[in-house]
Amino acid sequence: MNPREEKVKIITEEFIENDEDADMERQKKNSKVRRQPRKKQPPTTVPEEMVSEKSHLGNQQEPVQEEPKTYLLSMTARRGPRSLPPIPSTSRTGFAEFSMRGRMREKLQAARSKAESALLQEMPTPRPRRLRSPSKKELETEFGTEPGKKVESTQQEIDSQSHSRVKFRDSARKIKPKPQVPPGFPSAEEAYNFFTFNFDPEPEDSEKKTKASHREGTNQEEEEGEEEEPPAQGGGKETDEEELLNGDDAEDFLLGLDHMVDDFIAVRPADYESIHDRLQMEREMLFIPSRQAVPTYKKLPENVQPRFLEDEGLYTGVRPEVSRTNQNIMENRLLVQDPERRWFGDDGRILALPNPIKPFPSRPPVETQELSIKGELETMYKKAVKYVHSSQHMIRSGDPPGNFQLDIDISGLLFTHHPCFSREHVLAAKLAQLYDQYLARHQRNKAKFLTDKLQALRNAVQTGLDSEKPHQSPDTIQKTINDYKSEIRQTRKLRDAEQEKDRTLLKTIIKVWKEMKSLREFQRFTNTPLKLVLRKEKVDQKADEEAYEAEIQVEISELLEEHTEEYAQKMEEYRTSLQQWKAWRKAQKAKKKKRKQAAEEHPYDETEEPYPEEDLVKPIPPEPTDRAVIEQEVRERATQSRRRPGEPMLVPELSLAGSITPNNQCPRAEVLRREDVKKRSLYLKVLFNNKEVSRTVTRPLGADFRVHFGQIFNLQIVNWPESLALQVYETIGHSGPTLLAEVFLPIPETTVFTGRAPIEEMEFSSNQHVTLDHEGVGSGVPFSFEADGSNQLILMTSGKVSHSVAWAIGENGIPLIPPLSQQNIGFRSALKRADAISSIGTSGLTDMKKLAKWAAESKLDPNDPNNAPLMQLISVATSGESYVPDFFRLEQLQQEFNFVSDQELNRSKRFRLLLLRSQEVPEFRNYKQIPVYDREIMEKVFQDYEKRLRDRNVIETKEHIDTHRAIVAKYLQQVRESVINRFLIAKQYFLLADMIVEEEVPNISSEGSGILGLSLFKLAEQKRPLRPRRKGRKKVTAQNLSDGDIKLLVNIVRAYDIPVRKPAVSKFQQPSRSSRMFSEKHAASPSTHSPNHNADYPLGQVLVRPFVEVSFQRTVCHTTTAEGPNPSWNEELELPFRAPNGDYSTASLQSVKDVVFINIFDEVLHDVLEDDRERGSGIHTRIERHWLGCVKIPFSTIYFQARIDGTFKIDIPPVLLGYSKERNMILERGFDSVRNLSEGSYITLFITIEPQLVPGESVQEKFESQEDEKLLQASEKFQAECAFKFPNRQCLTTVIDINGKTVFITRYLKPLNPPEELLSVYPNNLQATAELVARYVSLIPFLPDTVSFAGICDLWSTSDQFLDLLAGDEEEHAVLLCNYFLSLGKKAWLVMGNAIPEGPTAYVLTWEQGHYLIWNPCSGHFYGQFDTFCPLKNVGCLIGPDNIWFNIQRYDSPLRINFDVTKPKLWKSFFSRSLPYPGLSSVQPEELIYQRSDKAAAAELQDRLEKILKEKIMDWRPRHLTRWNRYCTSTLRHFLPLLEKSQGDDVEDDHRAELLKQLGDYRFSGFPLHMPYSEVKPLIDAVYSTGVHNIDVPNVEFALAVYIHPYPKNVLSVWIYVASLIRNR
Amino acid sequence: MTTASPSVFLLMVNGQVESAQFPEYDDLYCKYCFVYGQDWAPTAGLEEGISQITSKSQDVRQALVWNFPIDVTFKSTNPYGWPQIVLSVYGPDVFGNDVVRGYGAVHVPFSPGRHKRTIPMFVPESTSKLQKFTSWFMGRRPEYTDPKVVAQGEGREVTRVRSQGFVTLLFNVVTKDMRKLGYDTGPADTQGVSGPSLPQGFPQ
Repeated sequence: MNPREEKVKIITEEFIENDEDADMERQKKNSKVRRQPRKKQPPTTVPEEMVSEKSHLGNQQEPVQEEPKTYLLSMTARRGPRSLPPIPSTSRTGFAEFSMRGRMREKLQAARSKAESALLQEMPTPRPRRLRSPSKKELETEFGTEPGKKVESTQQEIDSQSHSRVKFRDSARKIKPKPQVPPGFPSAEEAYNFFTFNFDPEPEDSEKKTKASHREGTNQEEEEGEEEEPPAQGGGKETDEEELLNGDDAEDFLLGLDHMVDDFIAVRPADYESIHDRLQMEREMLFIPSRQAVPTYKKLPENVQPRFLEDEGLYTGVRPEVSRTNQNIMENRLLVQDPERRWFGDDGRILALPNPIKPFPSRPPVETQELSIKGELETMYKKAVKYVHSSQHMIRSGDPPGNFQLDIDISGLLFTHHPCFSREHVLAAKLAQLYDQYLARHQRNKAKFLTDKLQALRNAVQTGLDSEKPHQSPDTIQKTINDYKSEIRQTRKLRDAEQEKDRTLLKTIIKVWKEMKSLREFQRFTNTPLKLVLRKEKVDQKADEEAYEAEIQVEISELLEEHTEEYAQKMEEYRTSLQQWKAWRKAQKAKKKKRKQAAEEHPYDETEEPYPEEDLVKPIPPEPTDRAVIEQEVRERATQSRRRPGEPMLVPELSLAGSITPNNQCPRAEVLRREDVKKRSLYLKVLFNNKEVSRTVTRPLGADFRVHFGQIFNLQIVNWPESLALQVYETIGHSGPTLLAEVFLPIPETTVFTGRAPIEEMEFSSNQHVTLDHEGVGSGVPFSFEADGSNQLILMTSGKVSHSVAWAIGENGIPLIPPLSQQNIGFRSALKRADAISSIGTSGLTDMKKLAKWAAESKLDPNDPNNAPLMQLISVATSGESYVPDFFRLEQLQQEFNFVSDQELNRSKRFRLLLLRSQEVPEFRNYKQIPVYDREIMEKVFQDYEKRLRDRNVIETKEHIDTHRAIVAKYLQQVRESVINRFLIAKQYFLLADMIVEEEVPNISSEGSGILGLSLFKLAEQKRPLRPRRKGRKKVTAQNLSDGDIKLLVNIVRAYDIPVRKPAVSKFQQPSRSSRMFSEKHAASPSTHSPNHNADYPLGQVLVRPFVEVSFQRTVCHTTTAEGPNPSWNEELELPFRAPNGDYSTASLQSVKDVVFINIFDEVLHDVLEDDRERGSGIHTRIERHWLGCVKIPFSTIYFQARIDGTFKIDIPPVLLGYSKERNMILERGFDSVRNLSEGSYITLFITIEPQLVPGESVQEKFESQEDEKLLQASEKFQAECAFKFPNRQCLTTVIDINGKTVFITRYLKPLNPPEELLSVYPNNLQATAELVARYVSLIPFLPDTVSFAGICDLWSTSDQFLDLLAGDEEEHAVLLCNYFLSLGKKAWLVMGNAIPEGPTAYVLTWEQGHYLIWNPCSGHFYGQFDTFCPLKNVGCLIGPDNIWFNIQRYDSPLRINFDVTKPKLWKSFFSRSLPYPGLSSVQPEELIYQRSDKAAAAELQDRLEKILKEKIMDWRPRHLTRWNRYCTSTLRHFLPLLEKSQGDDVEDDHRAELLKQLGDYRFSGFPLHMPYSEVKPLIDAVYSTGVHNIDVPNVEFALAVYIHPYPKNVLSVWIYVASLIRNR
Repeated sequence: MTTASPSVFLLMVNGQVESAQFPEYDDLYCKYCFVYGQDWAPTAGLEEGISQITSKSQDVRQALVWNFPIDVTFKSTNPYGWPQIVLSVYGPDVFGNDVVRGYGAVHVPFSPGRHKRTIPMFVPESTSKLQKFTSWFMGRRPEYTDPKVVAQGEGREVTRVRSQGFVTLLFNVVTKDMRKLGYDTGPADTQGVSGPSLPQGFPQ
């Protein structure tokens, strides 16, 4: 064996054990230290091994303190001197405590430093080289140069324990081969031995070697066993080391440095760890639980058979789903780790909870060390809160309605038996009882009733027999008579019984009374005041006897009849049976004969023979009944049960009139008894739900054994009572009370109220045994009335409580009864036991069979307690024996949680208000601050609402005057409501954009926002560019707005061709001074100095000073006054907008019907100065304003358009007194020819809403359709294509009709006949007729769909519907007009496009000779194609009766497009060659039928309107007197029909002249208004907006005339002429 | 208003927006406003406020302290719609744009006394990654059209949010006449008399 090898091994081993032999080393330390300088090199492997060892040791749970020591020793002993500071760096706490060690360390330190210096001197070169071996170097640096790191690294190695061990073994292996390389080692060894021989004896070394070699391959744990030999090992190690070192030394000496370097570098093999080794090691170290199933016996304690609880029928629950392998792994692991098998259940499986989730959250107890258990259980003082059952004890004023009251009236107590009863009392009680019975019977008088009945039946039989012949078959009569007879029999029996009972009762009463009398006589005193008087009632003996006899006779005859019947029956029976018998006899005889023959052969048969013979006996003929016998019987019975004839009727009367013998006359025993009675007293306890709630006062027992309480207990209760009982307590003398009996009172019906409840008596009895030593008979003890003690009686204490229980009635007359819902609680709890549905609360389980099936399918565990009710239910249901409720409980607990009953809830006004508000009923949607108390809510709050509900179906004519229109309005209202309700829900959906403001993502494909890069360029763009581009405003969703947030901005730019003032010319009068005054002020005007004012003289024209007034929602703003007929204001007016009810939701905004009125006025100054002399010092003028015209724009248009920008025609009345326009042309013709083409005045406006509101998206709903599917697809495709090319152009192919169905649009167009009336006006002038027709159409009131249907969808009604409804929007008007034109033979199309101010709209295009005309169907105006003032701005598509053409031209303005639809390059047609027109039938009617208008109704309406308007004007002038000029009014009235006839044209001059003639000395300003008629309100508004009433000149007079011209189909044209007159002085 | 039977109850809230924890952000300010039901009306104090800009404290807590006072009094007839305070915190992003850093809302405490509330804040998320980038880049983060929506449930389903930071609020709540109107919010013995509260009057 190579000694070198051995040594290396030993070294390695030594490090393993170095802590064990620490003592040894310590002893040796000194010598080592001494030797240190001599050691040139530490063994190269040391550092690594040290580390590994140390970590290893640490893991073997060696004391921690050992570790540093290990380092210390090993270091000092063998480490190179360079590794100076490792020990102090170890920051172990306990380390410093060992003073001994501290000292040692100091010494070591000294020694080491010494050694180092020595080493440095001796061996400067080789050492670093040696360190070069890779692993070592690393570690050495760790140890030597960076002491602080050491802890870390060791720590690290602890973590990878196995790894380090591997290393250790490796290093051991690595070292192994090394010694073989240098051959000349023995000499070195020898040299070493030479030096060290003294220290270490050889034998030990060898011993050690064997040990080590043996140990080499074994497991680490075995090292523990080596403790026995530390000394030896230490010695061995010492030797080895010395040897090794010396070997090196020797080598150095012998071979020189080079050799040594070679030696250490070259021989080291690469680190390699064979997989096999590692696996083996892992196998040793790691436990890998097997996946194999563990046999059951391993999991159970020995000799225990697994037990399966489930098989035994116990419920085990469902184990959570865990895969089998995982379970096996766990089981294996548990078996190894926890040998006690605690984790296994009786069945050999791992314990498992059915549900690993805890039902309630818990947190683990916080274990702080300071907190003891006591601290955790510390009690906290919490003030007790008294559970006040509020009004049970005290009644407060504000009693909540939840308190109920039960009144228990206990009036008294009466003993029917008491121990202190004397014998007489017993009898008296009996007598009283009998008498009561008698009275009761007497009251019912059943005997009499039965007698009467009997009589009636007899009569019936009699009559039945008499009237046998007439109708009815004899059979039925016989049958009824038989029925009657049996009835009679029955009744008679009953009557007899009753009579007998009566009689016995009477007899008993008399008997008891007699007994009592005899007892009184016998005992010589009376105890009871009872006295029975028998009153005899005389009867007429003869009559009585006759009646009696008659009765008996009747009875006898009846009986006889019965008997004869019976007899006949019996005879019949007898005969048949006799027949049978005879036959049988014959047969028998024949048999006998046979038998006799056979008897010889079968003698033994004889025994059986007699049987049949016995079977039939010869029947006995029934005896005929004897009348005498029956009579006998009847009479007997009669005497028994009936009063004998002539015998007086006995009527017993019981009275308490008798006198009681006073005490002194009574025997002693009786006195004692009476005193005993006096000692006794009684009280009652009232028990409510088995709890005593109150008790009566204690009252002494009276001598008559009655106790009177007369107390009423008011029980304030909350719940429906469960039980109500009274307990009777008796006290004797001063002893404690004894419970006599308990009486359960029934809980009264809910209809029983205090005051109406009858006094009832409840009997009670006690089973107590009382024996008394006086006259009292006692209770429960036998006693007898007889002297010999026979005929014993045992009586128990018993009695009656008279009481009444009733529900109290509250102050306000409401019965204080718990609601019925509560009443069920008791019932329900009882029900719950049987009714599994209610207890498990499964709602949908109506069908038991299904349930059972489901249970079977889902394999419910019948043993699971959770399923118990269900299982029970199923078993009950399937067996079918129990009642299964056929109802279904949606919220079975609802009742319990109802605070109050529904009725009460509904009665509460506050609740109602809250409910209505949350339902968003319009009237209450924004109701603020609902009062706390009902009393604060005024009833009138609901009135409007209720009225509306009521009126829903009532047509109200007051508002509308015209019935037809009222109906239409109602209808529209209802349609609107239903549509709105239908879509309100859809409006609840929010889009992201509604909620979140987010930058649009730059879209690459869309041309608008450009490429992503472009948007990035925007970043670099100038903040304030020189040419700013208009940016879209931010849109605001309507939901978060409030009052004042929204403003309407109206920018009034300019106006053209405003009518100018005409001087008030009169034939008699000079021009007024005022106008002169005014003109004087404007000296620049050429007209001023004209001395003679002439209407035809252009220069005599006075100017006009127009200003614009915008009124919206009764807010009025106006511009400054400009001058001249073409004023330019350029002013922005700001009007606040208020949504109805403060509701700014989209739906609400859409339905705003308000209109923006833009009125143009002329400001006129009048001089009021009376005196010319003052002219120099002051100017006194009055400003008057004269209405010139208006423009109306509905808010809904602005809302949907977002902005309105354009020039609008001012609606100027046909006659404007005092104003004219002609002159304009003369003056300005030169430069503005275009404008002159059109008549009228224009105003340029820009209107918008700030902030911009987002109009509600129309809900894209797929409506059902009857169109061909192909057509629908084609239309979708067409629309998509169009929208792709020109997204802004309107393209319409299908529309929704009034029934909500999709209809192809061309179906609406069809020639329809206009009213004959209109055609006949201008039979030869087609154009005039067309204008008339257009006017007619425009007279049909306009009602935008968007208002009526809140922008949700555009409904198109057919022309007849439109005429019936008399309301519609542009589409309906346009369709009708187009249809008329078609029927007039024109070429007409529907133009879908955008117009101002309407926005998307429909116009009508007609082809006249050589040019196109565009008609506005709502106003009746028409425009040439090249009219600049045509409101139609874009054309989207044209619709004809058989095709649709979409505008694919570059421009869409009517001015710039070609309307020639035949050019496919300009117009894309829907039906083409590829898709030919299929010939769609029209939805329009064949023909329109017009009723002639009712002139009388129109006249009536006209009068009423005039009256209303006059009243209104007076109302608007509350502070001034309003005078009406009748003369003027009548003039105006005459004039209006003229206007209608001429449609407002060419009458002005005549009219003016006429007016001047008649009203010459008045300054006159007025105008006729013309409107279609729909309702009164728009008319009033129109009049109001003109501001005629605003004149406050004291002597002003007014004139107002109304003219209504009826057109066919009830289309009305309304003219209102308003004027103000001021008399010129 | 007689003391015997008041027709409204009052809720007085004062306190302050104390501080915030926004670990990533600095120089924040906050706005607050109240959202309340239809039966509520402010009677005194300010319904809205906007605080100063605060910087992070330099200690470990890194708290953003505003200590911005709140003082408002409401009257009401109905506890439904109990006021909520809505907070929105803003601050500059890396480019200096003012962006929202958090929204949050909490009910004013019901019971009288001093209450401290820490509200988790959140911000709406961009709808897409690209938008997230652009919004970051352009400094236009998604914001609620109205901060008050965080106190309501309506329409919230369309938004996605990310939580971000906390704000601590301190409330001192005083109520008046609540108990008289049958609303018992305070501890039972504050009045000394264990007056019967409304729920007891109803059958259970």
